[in-house]
Amino acid sequence: MAPILEVRGLTHIYSVGTPFEHTALKDISFSVEPGEFVGVIGHTGSGKSTLMQHMNGLLKPTEGTILLGGKDIWSDKALTRQSRFRVGLVFQYPEYQLFEETVYKDIAFGPKNMGLKPEEIDRRVREAAGFVGLSDAQLQASPFDLSGGQKRRAAIAGVIAMEPEVLILDEPTAGLDPEGRAEILENIESYRKAKNATIMMVSHSMNDVARLADRLLVLCDSRLVMEGTPKEVFSHAQELLDMGLDIPDVTRVFLRLRQLGLPVAPVYTLDQAVEALLALKGGDHRA
Amino acid sequence: MLKDITLGQFFPGDSIIHRLDPRTKLIFLVIYIVALFTASNWISYGLVLAFLIFVICVSKIPLKSIVRGMKPLVFILIFTGILNIFFTAGETVLVSFWIITITLEGVIRAVFMMARILMLITGTFLLTYTTSPIALTDGLESLLGPLKKLHLPVHELSMMMCIALRFIPTLIEETDKIMCAQKARGADFENGSLIQRVKALVPILVPLFISAFRRADELATAMECRCYQGGEGRTKMKLLRYHRWDLYAFLSGALLLGAVITLHIFGL
Repeated sequence: MAPILEVRGLTHIYSVGTPFEHTALKDISFSVEPGEFVGVIGHTGSGKSTLMQHMNGLLKPTEGTILLGGKDIWSDKALTRQSRFRVGLVFQYPEYQLFEETVYKDIAFGPKNMGLKPEEIDRRVREAAGFVGLSDAQLQASPFDLSGGQKRRAAIAGVIAMEPEVLILDEPTAGLDPEGRAEILENIESYRKAKNATIMMVSHSMNDVARLADRLLVLCDSRLVMEGTPKEVFSHAQELLDMGLDIPDVTRVFLRLRQLGLPVAPVYTLDQAVEALLALKGGDHRA
Repeated sequence: MLKDITLGQFFPGDSIIHRLDPRTKLIFLVIYIVALFTASNWISYGLVLAFLIFVICVSKIPLKSIVRGMKPLVFILIFTGILNIFFTAGETVLVSFWIITITLEGVIRAVFMMARILMLITGTFLLTYTTSPIALTDGLESLLGPLKKLHLPVHELSMMMCIALRFIPTLIEETDKIMCAQKARGADFENGSLIQRVKALVPILVPLFISAFRRADELATAMECRCYQGGEGRTKMKLLRYHRWDLYAFLSGALLLGAVITLHIFGL
């Protein structure tokens, strides 16, 4: 299949020609297949957020190109604007961009900007609200009366309502309680399944990306240093730790088990851990 | 785009100008402005200009940054220039048609006025470029100290100024972020009629105000947690002290002002 997003030799330098000049991304290339779930990890300041803002043309690359469906998004103006709708970007702490009187109106902001008909806008708002589990009563409430987690979900619905082919989320679960985090991740999965959408998610939770992502991109000091399936990436556990990144909790436990002399394979999700332990017990079926 | 706003920004550095006492710089700015407004002929203007160029060189602030800061003022400059060219009465008429008369006096006056504004603003920029907001407000508080006897809330005023200056970059960054987020939802700030463009600001201003209030609330709590209760009995870690260079600065300032006043009196 042809990749939906392709990044070629992307370099971004902030404030060129001032004392504050700063290279945020250096020669980054990768591609994303339709329907894939790509996790992006890297420590704070490694360029993840800058990279995400290039995907829908909010930032213009200093060098390199970004292809959406095979076309350079900067090749003409209409295409750049189209890329905003085809690639939905949910910023960090998106609840801080809510502004309308009601949640309904706020979710409708994106579809309205797309120039859709009122019936279509209504359908999309209700569907998006459904994906994130907001009730009709909440749709008519002021966004500022919602709880923190509900605000976050309302803001995500505002992007989902544009029905983007690629949904990009920048640390969507930051600052939420465990229940709120689980809900948001479920919402993302349900949108992905329903629309067969491509997802890119920046996260600091290795447990989450290990469980959800098909493929991982690892950024370190403005460069793409690793790329591969969670299995491939987390098999370089020591390198990740050296970069100041984390590894999933089970991976850590199993690494220690190996050090203690237990012959277990490296794992990165709970299911795999259970399997590995069962295999270790061999013929014993008490489990 | 918004990051290009340089007004009130501090350029960290280690030049003599950076190290001067903030009070010296504030007083010096006042002297400089008085000199600038007393200057009435080519020689005194040249003197003030030479002084300004000298300070710019010593401060090692790149000329590019200063020029960039001037950009928003181009309109005011042109407006002042045109006003003075057309509305100055004079004897030596250069051009005259319909109701418009341009005189030599008008042109000279326009040039002087524009030079005055340019030099005034460059001088003020140099102060904020070379002085950190904290040093600036410390200096101001210390200079205005005597007014406390008149029950003027000097400390509160300087604290307000300090907080305002401190939050300019933060709010600019916040605005940038909110703009990006709304653009990601297809908001368009560059096209459309004037009314449409003003309306397009609502999605930025509402979140910006809310976040400003939230920040104010958090800041107040944080200050109270550290037992802030106004200036009473508050000591400072960095005490302001005049050094040798401050003396030189005062001397040169006095010389500049003296020279300009002398030139003015003798009408040279």
